[in-house]
Amino acid sequence: MSEQILTPPSSYWKFFKSELKPRASLWTVFNIISVPTVLLAAVIIVIRFIYGLGAVSNVTQSVPWGLWKGFNVVTGVAFAGGAYVLTFMVYILGQEKYKPLIRVTVLNGFLAYTFYAFALVLDLGKPWNIINPIIGNSFGTSSILFLVAWHFMLYIVAQMVEFSPTVAEWLGSERARRNLKRLTIGAVVFGITLSTLHQSGLGALFLMAKGKIHPLWYSEFIPTLFFISSVFAGLSVVIFQGSILQRVFSYQMDEHSDERHNVMIRGLSRVCALSMFAYFFLKIIDMVHNHTLSLLTTSMGVWYLVELIGFVLIPMLLFAYGVRIGTPKIIKLASIMTIIGIVLNRMNISVIAYRWDEIPRYIPTWMEFVVTISILFVQFWIFRWVLHRMPVLRTMESMTQTANSKG
Amino acid sequence: MSIDRREFLKTLGVAGAGLTGVSALGKSKPEPDAEEFYAILHDITLCEGCQECEFACATEYGLPTPSDDDYPDSSVKRELLPERYTVINAVETSVGEVYTKQQCMHCAQPACASACLTQAMKKQESGPVTWDAGKCMGCRYCMISCPFDIPKFEYDSNNPKIGKCQMCFDKLKEGEAPACVEACPAEALIFGKRSDLLRIAHKRILDNPGTYTDHVYGEFEAGGTSWLNLSPVPFKELGFNTNVETKPYPELTKGFLYSVPSVFILWPALLMGLREATRTDSEEGADHE
Ligand code: SF4
Ligand code: SF4
Repeated sequence: MSEQILTPPSSYWKFFKSELKPRASLWTVFNIISVPTVLLAAVIIVIRFIYGLGAVSNVTQSVPWGLWKGFNVVTGVAFAGGAYVLTFMVYILGQEKYKPLIRVTVLNGFLAYTFYAFALVLDLGKPWNIINPIIGNSFGTSSILFLVAWHFMLYIVAQMVEFSPTVAEWLGSERARRNLKRLTIGAVVFGITLSTLHQSGLGALFLMAKGKIHPLWYSEFIPTLFFISSVFAGLSVVIFQGSILQRVFSYQMDEHSDERHNVMIRGLSRVCALSMFAYFFLKIIDMVHNHTLSLLTTSMGVWYLVELIGFVLIPMLLFAYGVRIGTPKIIKLASIMTIIGIVLNRMNISVIAYRWDEIPRYIPTWMEFVVTISILFVQFWIFRWVLHRMPVLRTMESMTQTANSKG
Repeated sequence: MSIDRREFLKTLGVAGAGLTGVSALGKSKPEPDAEEFYAILHDITLCEGCQECEFACATEYGLPTPSDDDYPDSSVKRELLPERYTVINAVETSVGEVYTKQQCMHCAQPACASACLTQAMKKQESGPVTWDAGKCMGCRYCMISCPFDIPKFEYDSNNPKIGKCQMCFDKLKEGEAPACVEACPAEALIFGKRSDLLRIAHKRILDNPGTYTDHVYGEFEAGGTSWLNLSPVPFKELGFNTNVETKPYPELTKGFLYSVPSVFILWPALLMGLREATRTDSEEGADHE
């Protein structure tokens, strides 16, 4: 990136105030839906802290982890995997062409992790003790969850460092930007290492649930499977999100961005297709190895095939096909299917195939859904706010230019 | 810049080793000798289903005592609850009605304790697996991990407890036997060193052909537990979980835990190496920006 002349705002207070003011109309469809939902969620959260988890959630003694952990944490983290894959490609392998995607993906990852940490707090019975694994004499060092929690926390810091130059640019502090930029490569290396460990660690959480998870989903390869699938889960989100941003934020893009974008998503699709192949292959080996093939004819087996063929094999082929003929449409479709597939897989392991034989089954309450969606909404609000104001999709210069030309 | 990077890697190595070293430390302690724990033997053939143990447990821990409707009845299965640490159920079997007692098994190497990230669940040297309210953060990972589905969570409280048998850890410290054992009028419960109880159990099986099924439930289940059961019929008939592994559950996560330190050392080195290797001369300059 070339040198930029950044002008610090004359008064930070005024600057923040102006930046907090909404720029566009508040009466969008998204806002009309999201604002009341989030307010409702806030009420539900208050009830939850006064009367206990049971007042709003259907989790049971035998299925103690429900939607909040299964979706917001276990699934969400996989979706945030794009950040470590992209930083790996750009900073380690030197694939400069993906650089335009870095900032938005890191921002997305950072927000996702922060919000999932928040979702986790909601789900904790004694959240005030959350400090215990961090300080003092309560290190449960033999616990996978202990490792995951630590790696999670450190990764949030690493992502903060990775994103900080953007914030410095926004605040117009050239000195800070230069200094923060120096830390980037360290944060990237640290971040990738941590991601490897906590993406697979999330899977390792379920290793001790042997006998509770349906044999088709339980595997000693779970950590590896979680890790590999976080690659294509993360990249599918990058592809899908990219195509939406391309449309919504088109005013921030230059005229060549469409072309460049298509080149990027074809490259990413290739990685998706290959990692999905590895994943699929490992799944087959696992089935043969564990002698679970015969279970495929049961109703759970059919459900398993829906996940594996419908949402891994088919999108994998679509990605490969999309790369060959170069149509972004097919690639987008593949990315959406992959995203659904990851939701299915993570929900299966943590909720649906977990104590599949249990009667009555755990079915989340509407309140659990409202809170789950609200977490995504708030995350999206902040994401949108940052995109509008900070140089995430474009450079600071182009932002000042547009502002000037608008008068 | 390059010095910075080297410095950084050094710090990273130390941080990584520190972070993962502790996990290695936790593991390197020798596993307590499973044979020398205190344990309890439940001879199901002697159990009369009087529920005295249930009453005693409730009194000891200030829990609600079983009501009149709560007698063992083979048509209902009463469950453990956050405020019910043990339960006697009647089961119709091939030899008639038999009474089972359910509570925490106090595994020799408990899944719950290895799962707990705050050490709230802890295997005490003397045998009991205890729960510490001051440490627990209510994540319920112990519930996910326990192969016997024992820990129960107070979902209806804003300061929830994990409810489970503590094997009367406090009484043990005073040199007393657990409340349920003291209360049992039929001598169906025996308290003692685990190795002694195993010897007694096997002797009973040997001396009374036909009375017992040849299996001490808890001898090998989950790698051995501090709760042992003798039964007149196969344990499956009684609804015991016969799908449990015979090796300790924490073993299932060992491979992963062991790989963590090496990833912490190898990855950064590998990544930096890759980066240097794939860099072109023109990029070198750009990076120093
Ligand atoms: S039975 Fe469950 S709760 Fe009891 S010690 Fe074993 S793992 Fe822990
Ligand atoms: S719920 Fe409490 S005792 Fe159970 S694993 Fe979590 S912190 Fe430990």
